Formats: sequence, structure tokens, C-alpha cells
Amino acid sequence: MKVRVLVRPKRGILDPQGEAVRSALPALGFEGVESVRVGRLVELEVERADEVEAMCRRLLANPTIEEYEWEVLEG
Amino acid sequence: MRIGVVVFPGSNCDRDALYAVERVGAEPVALWHAERTLKGSDALILPGGFSYGDYLRPGAIARFAPVMQSVERFAREGGPVLGVCNGFQVLCEAHLLPGALLRNAALRFVCRRVRVRVERTDTPWTSGCGAGEELVLPVAHNDGCYFADGGTLDALEEEGRVVLRYLENPNGSVNDIAGVCNEGRNVVGVMPHPERASDPLLGSEDGLGILRSVLVGAAL
Repeated sequence: MKVRVLVRPKRGILDPQGEAVRSALPALGFEGVESVRVGRLVELEVERADEVEAMCRRLLANPTIEEYEWEVLEG
Repeated sequence: MRIGVVVFPGSNCDRDALYAVERVGAEPVALWHAERTLKGSDALILPGGFSYGDYLRPGAIARFAPVMQSVERFAREGGPVLGVCNGFQVLCEAHLLPGALLRNAALRFVCRRVRVRVERTDTPWTSGCGAGEELVLPVAHNDGCYFADGGTLDALEEEGRVVLRYLENPNGSVNDIAGVCNEGRNVVGVMPHPERASDPLLGSEDGLGILRSVLVGAAL
């Protein structure tokens, strides 16, 4: 099955990449963008999903600075 | 005294560290990441570089290298461990040090000399330095912005676990933190490179005090 893991900087954590993207958008004429956060998308192909939570906690995300969520895309 | 330098694929300051260890009169020992033995090391250095290409997050993959099980045991038993730059990132990922190192606030790789102050001399890696001593050390990193949550940060300050502090913050680190230690004070992580300031040919010997510290009180 396919699993999609989304990892994002925690709220309140400095995200200089997001801030750089936010400040670049008006230069292209896109107005009204108040905030941008840049995260990471990890796509896994696994036999079972029962260990995905542990994979996120131990490796795919660093809980000190990141939050994550994951979903099974297809059975 | 034997000082082991862990070599991960992508480490690039390991030879400098081995050289600097020799300069202070200790026996340098290279420790390949795939091995489990510490070859009788009395102290360990995790050097700078880009272990495993910094993939995922700096230090995230190196933290699970076979040698790290032995490093963690050595650290938890009170052995002196110094992480420099990428080594600092590895120690944070391994939970041997609190906090994390984020992308530099200005989004630029910083590569220059910075002034730092030695805040604590009660660690095996700073015992030979003067309290409040100012050092000029090179930094070279993309992800050196130290972060810890409010409670952790308060504890670090209250327990005197900020070991080095920037006098000119190059990366946005919270509280100008350039280096911290663990509760046991035997594990120290610093972003500046003492091994790159270990010979007059490199322009400075300010880093020798840190490397020499670990020899203080230990039989050569």
C-alpha cells in the first residue's frame, strides 16, 4: 500500500525557507499571501501500515521541531 | 590517551580532527561508522561534514549508524564526547543533547570566523579554557541555528549548560548559543570548528584549548 507522510515545521518554529518563499511571491505579482510554511512530503510503499507511526517518530520527523501526519493512499 | 574520531560517509572534517588530536599530544583513532568497536578510545569526537549527504535532516541518518550504539553507550557511561558542527547535529538527533539545529535564519551557508565566549569550564572539553575566555573560531554550516523549546532552554541556562556563546550570532541561534552540554556535562556539542583553528598555518590556534582540555586530568 502507498502511504503519504507530511512533515512540517512546528507552529512557532522559525521557518526561513517559508519566509523566503513568502517574500518572493509578491515580486511575481501574487498579493495577499500572509504566511508560507515549507515542509516535506514522504511517499512510502509498505506491506503494512502498522509501523508507519514509529517510522515517523523515530526517523521521518524530528518531534523537537517538526509535526507530522500520514495517510494510507490506497489499500 | 586515545581519542576516537568517528568517520561517517560524508564526514569532511575527520582528518582535520585526527590531525588536531595529534597536535595536542593524544593518539588519534579513526572509527569507521560501520564498525561497532571504539578501539579502546578514552574520548570521542564526532566531526563536521555532511554525513549521509544531510539527507532528510542533518544527522538524522548518521544517528542510526552501527557505531552510534557504542557511542551512545560510551556517552551514557560518562565518557567524554565532543560533537563539532555535523557532529553536534548527530548528537541532537541521537537525543544525547537537547534541542535541534535548524536552517540558518538568513538561509545562507555561513563560512567565516566568529568570536565566541567560553561560558563554562566545568566540562571535559572546556576545562583547559579560561572562564569567559574569548576565542575566534571558524564556522561553516547551513543548519546551525540552535533551537530548543522554552522549558528546555530555561533548564539549559539555569543549569549552566550553555558552554559556548556567540559574541556575533552568525545563524540566528536562540540566546546566541554556539555550544551546549548534556546533564552529565560529558557530552558537548559546538557549531564552531576547534580543529580548524589548531595550527598557526590555519590562522589560529584558538581551538587547541578545547581539544587539550580533555587531556587535563587524564593520563597521556
